[in-house]
Amino acid sequence: MNPQLLLDLQKFYPELALTAAFLCVIVADIAFPRIRKRLTFAIAALGLAVAFFLSLPLIGEPAGTIFSGSLALDEMAVFFKCFLIATSLLVLLAAPGSKELSQRHMGEFYMLLLGVTLSMLLLASSVDMLMLYLSLEMVSIGSYVMVGYLKNDRQSNEASLKYLLFGTVATGAMLYGITILYGLTGTTKIALLREALATNIATGENAAMLLIATALIVAGFGFKTAAVPFHFWCPDVYTGAPTPVTAFLSVAPKAAGFAILIRFFFTGFAESGSPGSWTAFSFIDWRLLIIVISVVTMTFGNIAALRQNNIKRLLAYSSIAHAGYILMGTVVLNSQGLQSVLIYLITYLFMNLGAFLIVIEIFNRTGSFDIDDYRGLSRRSPFLTIAMTIFMLSLMGIPPFAGFFGKLYVFGAAVNNDLAWFAVVGALNSVISVYYYARVIRAMIIEPGRETSLIPLPWTSHVMVWIMLLPTVGLMLFWNDIQQLTMSSLRLFLG
Amino acid sequence: MIGLGHFLVISAALFSLGIMCVLTRKNAVNVLMGVELILNSANINLVAFSKFSAGNMSGQIFAIFIIVIAAAEAAVALAIVLSMYRIIKSVDLDRADTLKG
Repeated sequence: MNPQLLLDLQKFYPELALTAAFLCVIVADIAFPRIRKRLTFAIAALGLAVAFFLSLPLIGEPAGTIFSGSLALDEMAVFFKCFLIATSLLVLLAAPGSKELSQRHMGEFYMLLLGVTLSMLLLASSVDMLMLYLSLEMVSIGSYVMVGYLKNDRQSNEASLKYLLFGTVATGAMLYGITILYGLTGTTKIALLREALATNIATGENAAMLLIATALIVAGFGFKTAAVPFHFWCPDVYTGAPTPVTAFLSVAPKAAGFAILIRFFFTGFAESGSPGSWTAFSFIDWRLLIIVISVVTMTFGNIAALRQNNIKRLLAYSSIAHAGYILMGTVVLNSQGLQSVLIYLITYLFMNLGAFLIVIEIFNRTGSFDIDDYRGLSRRSPFLTIAMTIFMLSLMGIPPFAGFFGKLYVFGAAVNNDLAWFAVVGALNSVISVYYYARVIRAMIIEPGRETSLIPLPWTSHVMVWIMLLPTVGLMLFWNDIQQLTMSSLRLFLG
Repeated sequence: MIGLGHFLVISAALFSLGIMCVLTRKNAVNVLMGVELILNSANINLVAFSKFSAGNMSGQIFAIFIIVIAAAEAAVALAIVLSMYRIIKSVDLDRADTLKG
């Protein structure tokens, strides 16, 4: 056996742990029908926890690639490994509390969750376009099935079908762009792309082809991160999917999409100058492309959210808007911009998952996603009302909650790098968003409701809400640590 | 003499047909056929570039992976379409209209 392969496998432990857990869940699901509900849950949780702790020792490793240059191992990759595994673990812990899911048997759900997590880890660290495409498809195919998990539910099926049709076309178009790029440069490695582009294409003779290829590839990234104009699937899928799946989709694949977008453009389409700063290639203005997408995404997301009555749809448009804010950090081509993206993702993870968690709890009791049915909630469950209010305030970006610091960093990075107008657009958008988030709070606290019966909350749900609530409220107390953590996670392997 | 250009024209035509099929068809299975056209146009591109311009095999390896992905995708896609058919007794995309707003 090739000794290099064995060495590479040692740096692949998190993924191997997830694969092992994935297989064990399948076997346990079939072999132990009596205890399978608890057993599969335990295996999945254990697998994710083990994968998380196996990722930590990789932090000190020297940056490099494994498996013949198809996957990168650098600080950025390790950060996203930990982030994605943590997200999946939180969704996994929340899933059994959802009435929508627990009607069906859960083994397959855990299996899919582990599979998608594994493929997201690969996506976030791929440095070869073949690996990029394979892992992107793997994430997508797994997510299609997760969205359609409620087999007998019409909306779940419909959401799955829409996601599938939109996703296959978007990734197909992206693939066509990748092939053009391969034709122009003769390589599938993203780092070699940079060298080939810097020398051969700089003459400008193939500029049009390069522009088409880039636009098609951005379509694929836009689909994963739900950026306008590739967002059409997002509201429908978020509404139709079981709520834990919606929560998962709104954070994890989006984060993986941003990871690969950063990796692709920073290593393939920009020249690294002094440490921690990049210069975009002049012959293709991808920065402008992303700026335009970002502005349109946040504006559209916020305006469309204004007239939603379904809480899941509202959060879907809100997540589109947040994708716009995060994109703002990616066009600031230095370590400040990258750091702001990572910080934003951390804050977004807790406040967004938290909001969906409350939606799950309320649906369990009322069976409705209608914001009108949130009326009078402050009487029925003060705890859920306070928690939801905090998540909404955090999503608005009101200090002292976590969301404020995320926005502060992204806007700050834009202002410090001659994009002040961009930060102003973002700030105006945050003002628009206050309206629809506040509407949820108003319905819960001010408007009287017909029902007055108390909403019982099992202790597991209490624990889960606290897990999301504490970081959302208390993140600022650990601000130095967060800053150091993200600062030390910025290194990208540049080939 | 057949050169790179011929292959690229065919692949571009196939890609356009695929996109057109996806945009105009109302039948879910037909849309999936359009997707297959898109994937195969990419395959032609890869193999042609690998043979004529890139001078390495990565394009052809890539194409083999795409064939596998296309099969996996078709399997999941047809399962989802079937599941939809079981509920609304139709594969017409216009009838998948309960999610709106």
